[in-house]
Amino acid sequence: MTKARRALAAAAALGLLTVGGCSGSDDSSKSASGTITYWLWDTFQQPQYQACADAFHAANPQYKVKITQYGWDDYWNTLTSAFVSGTAPDTFISHLSYYPQYAAQSQLLDITEQVKKDNVDLSQYQNGLADLWVDQQGRRFGLPKDFDTVALFYNTKKVEEAGVKTEDLQNLTWNPTDGGTYERLIARLTVDKNGKRGDEPGFDKTKVATYGLGLNSSGGGFGQTEWSQYAFSTGWTHGDKTPWPTRFNYDDPRFKQTIAWFRSLVDRGYMPTLAIASSGVNQMDAYGAGKYAMVTEGSWNTKSYWDLKGVKSGIAPTPIGPIGKRASMINGLADNIYAGTKNPEGAWQWVKFLASPACQQDIVAKQGIVFPAMKTATVEAERAFAAKQIDVAPFTVHIKENTTTLAPIADHWADISALMTETMDSILSGKSGVDSLDGANRKVNEFLKK
Amino acid sequence: MSTATRARRYRDVPAALIFVGPAAVGFLTFYLWPAIRGFYLSLTDFSLLSAPEFIGLENYERLIGDHLFWNALLVTLEYVVINIAVQTVFAVLLAVLMHRLTRSMTIRSIVLLPYLIANVIAALVWYSMLDYQTGVVNQLLEWLSVDRVAFFGETTTAIPTIALVNTWRHVGYTALLVFAGLQAIPKQVYEAAAMDGASEWKTFWRVTLPLLRPVMALVLVLTVIGSFQVFDTVAVTTTGGPINATRVIYYYIFEQAFARFDFGYASAMSFALFVILAGVAYAQLRLTRASQSDLS
Repeated sequence: MTKARRALAAAAALGLLTVGGCSGSDDSSKSASGTITYWLWDTFQQPQYQACADAFHAANPQYKVKITQYGWDDYWNTLTSAFVSGTAPDTFISHLSYYPQYAAQSQLLDITEQVKKDNVDLSQYQNGLADLWVDQQGRRFGLPKDFDTVALFYNTKKVEEAGVKTEDLQNLTWNPTDGGTYERLIARLTVDKNGKRGDEPGFDKTKVATYGLGLNSSGGGFGQTEWSQYAFSTGWTHGDKTPWPTRFNYDDPRFKQTIAWFRSLVDRGYMPTLAIASSGVNQMDAYGAGKYAMVTEGSWNTKSYWDLKGVKSGIAPTPIGPIGKRASMINGLADNIYAGTKNPEGAWQWVKFLASPACQQDIVAKQGIVFPAMKTATVEAERAFAAKQIDVAPFTVHIKENTTTLAPIADHWADISALMTETMDSILSGKSGVDSLDGANRKVNEFLKK
Repeated sequence: MSTATRARRYRDVPAALIFVGPAAVGFLTFYLWPAIRGFYLSLTDFSLLSAPEFIGLENYERLIGDHLFWNALLVTLEYVVINIAVQTVFAVLLAVLMHRLTRSMTIRSIVLLPYLIANVIAALVWYSMLDYQTGVVNQLLEWLSVDRVAFFGETTTAIPTIALVNTWRHVGYTALLVFAGLQAIPKQVYEAAAMDGASEWKTFWRVTLPLLRPVMALVLVLTVIGSFQVFDTVAVTTTGGPINATRVIYYYIFEQAFARFDFGYASAMSFALFVILAGVAYAQLRLTRASQSDLS
């Protein structure tokens, strides 16, 4: 036995050595020959950015762009290890929850000078998006590439069966006390095993067949598609300012009331418990299986919902809240340049091209997958979605009515997120009350002082 | 020791080096050096992208006061106890059945089948089969008039569920190891037991198990250490939740290192885990007298 194991260990060691010997010739490492490497995570979006890369090459024959795609879960680990080994791509799609950390560790190229030198007009992007990519020292790391907002996706058949007209979904109202017409709709759409609806006497909340509203997760400290649309419509915001708040507002009474109401949907049987929602398949698949009549979702998932087999969906805007307006988080991506790139000029030209009408308006908008960040590209994108029978007005209404709130972006976000996920999970599963937010918020603010 | 044997001993050295060399290089490069470096990093504040900064025992002080570290150890322990207890009982049972009842290669292969499926795939398939609303298992429960269970979703059932999924995957492999041990037991002792009129049950307890002890000791040490290292099943299903119910030690270390870039602290926890595992393995080997056999 021991002999066999030792032989195995030797074989394994040799195998590892061979593998180790090969890894030097990784094709993701940058080359000086005018090839610019570019990483992204969304397979749906790869074709449109490939088209941009081709157009960029046609306009600048001296540069070629090589795109590599990694799934979201691998993306950040791969990128981090690539930073460590100095083999990071010249350019890559970046996210607000990750870039501050990389910027603080000097991994990203500051493009402030380039933007000034080339006169890039920052007002051509949706309001506020460009500010998200400037850190506290005033260094700019990216130009906006797209934006996303939140809306309600509903199963058209279930809405019809409930006797609800789709026009009634357009101007729903909500408040944290009785939930308004929004909660009445959710109750109406909830059906138990005996066919009784949530607003009918005899409704059995322990045996629900279809929940009126689906649940993705507790939302942690972000709550982008889970609860931010309600909390914002009370006038609440994550922090005292965005980006870079100096303190968070998770202990605000308006936030606590909103979360208490959100949790009450579970108690009434209109929304699944966190245990049910996190027991296997995700929100989209449960919706696809007819378990949810409605879900709150981000615009980036629109195509995936339309691709679901056996379910026909419609989109409605988020409800109008106590401040008399709707609300939605607005978030957007940007491209970052690796500080160690061998080709900073080529990388900048490519990133600038990605943030220009030639890419965003002429190519990306026409694909109807995401909303480009440029104001002038929104109409084009709406048209492209309409061509696929998708009316995306519920997403863009927030732009027109100026009801967007910027995504929170802060230092120590990974620590804040870990703490808030624990706290919100606990509240949503009924293990603690909303008053536990006081203590959590104190700790969050301590992270910010570090 | 005579000079002749000593000379022969030295004559064997070059040949021995050739055989030991590759394993030794692998051991030094991939185990010993990383372990030493890991220990050094545990004494530093290291965020991976900037140089480590020596801070002495600060990480270890933090570890003692970190309720999530202790929670992770408890959760891991719960997992190990359920996983090893169920797995060992079933593995021995399967092995004895294979040994006494069948010589069929097909059945032996089938027993090993779950082990041939990648851990992540097995975990994901179970995850969707056990889903509260759409999972086939819950559909079966409903037909049997049993209430549905959110296996992976409830704090109380999540760890047992993960432990049993991994038991399902590993039990066949463990059974084969035990089976190999059973085959090493001479037939004569069974014939003698039969001659003395011992029942099948008595034979198992008085003959099979005692003679199996060295093999069982090895199997237990290997499976217990393997069990402490549970990671992938958690990473692809519950990711530590609900709340902290499945935040096992390896997953917590991974989070600290790769999500929160606190490599120094992650190294300190890894080192603490190393000490614990070394202790567990040593205690097991001593308690089960693994180096002695009752046969000799």
